[in-house]
Amino acid sequence: MFDVAIIGAGVVGCAVAYELSQYELRVALIEKENDVAMGASRANTAIIHGGYDPEPHTMMGKLNVEGMHRCFELCEELDVEHKKTGSWVVAFDEEQRVTLQMLLVQGIANGCEGLDILEGDVVRLQEPNLSDEIVAALWVPESGVLNPWEFALAMAEVAVRNGVIFMPNTDVRDLSWREDHYEMGARVVCSGDETTIRARHVINAAGVESDRIHNMVAPPAFEIVPTRGEYYILDGTAAGHVVRSVVFPCPTRAGKGVTISPTIHGDYLVGPNAEVIDDRTDTSVTRSALLDIADKARRVVPDLDLRTSIRNFAGVRSNSTYGDFFIEKSATNFIDLAAIKSPGLTCAPAIARVARKMLCEEGIPMERRVLWRGGRRVIRFKEIPEEERAAFVRAHPLYGRVICRCETITEGEIVAAMKREIPPVSIDGVKRRAGTGMGRCQGGFCGPRVLEIIARESGRDPLCIEEDGCGSFMLIGETKDPTCREI
Amino acid sequence: MSVVETNGKQTVLDGMVAIEMLDKYELIVIGGGPAGLSAALSAREHGLKRILIVERDVDLGGILNQCIHNGFGLHYFGEELTGPEYAAKFVDRLEGQSIDVLCDAMVLEIIPGEDGHVLRLMSMEAGYCTVRSRAIVLAMGCRERTRGAIQIPGTRAAGIFTAGTAQRYVNIEGYMVGRRVIILGSGDIGLIMARRMVLEGAKVLACVEIMPYPGGLARNIVQCLQDFDVPLYLSHTITKIEGKERVEKVTVQEVNDRFEPIEGTEKVFDVDTVLLSVGLIPENELSHVAGVEMDAKTSGPIVFENGETSIPGIFACGNVLHVHDLVDFVTTESEGAGRAAAEYVLRQEDTTHVRMCENESYISLVIDESVAYTVPQRIRVLRIDDGVRVFFRVKAPHKTPKRIVFRDGERIVASFRRPYMTPGEMEHVTLQRAELDNVSGNELLISVEEIR
Repeated sequence: MFDVAIIGAGVVGCAVAYELSQYELRVALIEKENDVAMGASRANTAIIHGGYDPEPHTMMGKLNVEGMHRCFELCEELDVEHKKTGSWVVAFDEEQRVTLQMLLVQGIANGCEGLDILEGDVVRLQEPNLSDEIVAALWVPESGVLNPWEFALAMAEVAVRNGVIFMPNTDVRDLSWREDHYEMGARVVCSGDETTIRARHVINAAGVESDRIHNMVAPPAFEIVPTRGEYYILDGTAAGHVVRSVVFPCPTRAGKGVTISPTIHGDYLVGPNAEVIDDRTDTSVTRSALLDIADKARRVVPDLDLRTSIRNFAGVRSNSTYGDFFIEKSATNFIDLAAIKSPGLTCAPAIARVARKMLCEEGIPMERRVLWRGGRRVIRFKEIPEEERAAFVRAHPLYGRVICRCETITEGEIVAAMKREIPPVSIDGVKRRAGTGMGRCQGGFCGPRVLEIIARESGRDPLCIEEDGCGSFMLIGETKDPTCREI
Repeated sequence: MSVVETNGKQTVLDGMVAIEMLDKYELIVIGGGPAGLSAALSAREHGLKRILIVERDVDLGGILNQCIHNGFGLHYFGEELTGPEYAAKFVDRLEGQSIDVLCDAMVLEIIPGEDGHVLRLMSMEAGYCTVRSRAIVLAMGCRERTRGAIQIPGTRAAGIFTAGTAQRYVNIEGYMVGRRVIILGSGDIGLIMARRMVLEGAKVLACVEIMPYPGGLARNIVQCLQDFDVPLYLSHTITKIEGKERVEKVTVQEVNDRFEPIEGTEKVFDVDTVLLSVGLIPENELSHVAGVEMDAKTSGPIVFENGETSIPGIFACGNVLHVHDLVDFVTTESEGAGRAAAEYVLRQEDTTHVRMCENESYISLVIDESVAYTVPQRIRVLRIDDGVRVFFRVKAPHKTPKRIVFRDGERIVASFRRPYMTPGEMEHVTLQRAELDNVSGNELLISVEEIR
């Protein structure tokens, strides 16, 4: 019997697990995929938002600035790659300049500091690649970019280190209240086995599935409107300098618009569009959306060279009919952290604190864990100062073998990732932890070697190793195996 | 402890000694594939004594090791060899040449300097070292273009490989990557892999090429597709990939002359694997960081007639310079670069010569819209003995006889006839010293023209 079961190990679920791991509680973090951050938490714009965008009366408006400060603090504490780049919202005409004014006032109401509206020419001194048609821009210094999956993972790793049980491949199918606890029927993905999980309190952090989980215990109150956003990643080496800070167009009802931002890996992210789709798991990219994003992005940076693209991806955001985060106690001992859309990544740590207070109000005893072990350090070869490298490699020879040549990731970093609290099970799992395959060759060279290292370190058959999610096998068999023959 | 492999045998050295010894190199060759091997051997033959080859893989030979098909060596050796056999001929020649080899090692940075160039390199055995060399040959090869570079719509299912990665899994690691395969792009590796997958028992349903003509060699179209009944769809592309975990379905459409899919031409293939053969890109990250002047058309360094880059003492050859179709030409090109590197080092002692070279004039080879690129891009006429070989590719296929014309202003300096030309097959011509001596300007314009 768990004290708390968190459904969904996206960034919100991981943040709640991290928060609760600091107390003497038995906590389960339940995830239907084979790793943390497999939904919108890994396929988004990777931005720590400043907090000018949401309206002050909304939960988004109330939590954004606190979340932003907490994100930066956590990134420092947990060694998550991040950068305070600041961001711009650009206006192309006088009408949009009025919008900037409105955003400035809203930002101040939300608690943003240092906001300023600058004339186009002044903006272009900072960002010379921006279009000449930009007449003014809102400067938001307290904002930046981070590695979103590492952020979720880092919080989950600390949670697991402090006793939280991570249950991957566990798809919650039904949920019912039994006098003093919930009983959850779940299916183990891949094996198909059924399992039952019991917990006194349940937190719904199921992202794009959060309305379905809600509806298992309470009358419908909101409906998820799955909204897909597609992106380009441009190779920073080939694209040359594009922008220093995150650049947003003026927001509209449809969202924050096509953004151009630097990534913490030195590349550039361009997107997203916003398309309402039926299939909540459909992360395909489409020709029409990519063309549309390209047009919109070139309006902001006219010389943007999209031929330097190294990857496209799409994420499905949990927009909803409710229009705001749905953070409510919806049934006995059941808390919804649902419909968490943008700026959900930024708000996650603040949402987790709200959840903890709500659990307190439900009467759960909150006693600080005496031997809580926080913090996290990751060795990244690239970050080791030049003068220390020789001694470091002498002491740790595995860091002397480069596996991913595009990003200079060594075998030592991959093996270290394999030994952390939540080890990767797939090639993309290693990618999200160590950064292999993120570069120009997209794993063409390092993929086979990463597969070999996963097999070696985990003692698994190479044939069972997946590229990403459960069932996404890379290989079908050995050569000369008659069962592999099609003709 | 540090291990430096010499003549195929490992010599164990104390770490400090190794670094001191590494500091004495006259030439460091980055890359131990066909280009690097030929360059090192040629430099040795032309008088250099202290040469190091740095190879990132565990064995010498480069990508040839996974090219187990034949067809290599027809031009250079006059016989048909497989990739590993071709590589072995050069690896064997290292025997007794006292050329040092460091495998499973990465060069992380090149810092050019007047008093020799500094390299930062690293391997498990040698550790992290800073070494100096009089000359450097860049021979890092190329990499494959990926799905992200061409924006194929659809899901991110497993089962999408570049042809070369699939080749590695099948030929080196011994694993099958799929049962039902479609190939996008008709580059040579894709064609070779079409045949390879059929021979291993897979069904190859189609090879799809967006251009109206094939990207690979004519002989590979015949021997890898036609001989195995694999249909080739020209002016077609993949417009959708479906499948949640693994690829399940692929939609192919015909394209118009602006490469846009034509509605109503959809064909759906049930496949579990997509192999991409959509182009190769010279791998020049080290060259960029070193500050070598680059050619946007080849994606490789701009070089002079002897393979020297814009930085004196740094040379480039093989696929890092421009993508070749035949390894035989990589070998001859690299022998030239190795020889030039040797001459550079040996002439360094002659300071008057160095000063003379500093302001040496050169002719730039410029191209019109009929030509995709040339290598070399610059010719220092005084450095040429008899003639200089110029490699180039045409932009579009020519099915009727044409001539390649080199013009100095209005005047034709040289003209060559070719019965047939296609972008998939690299062309070369030799300009004679006498022809170049007569050039009055500092530019030669190359174009493909009708024969009058």
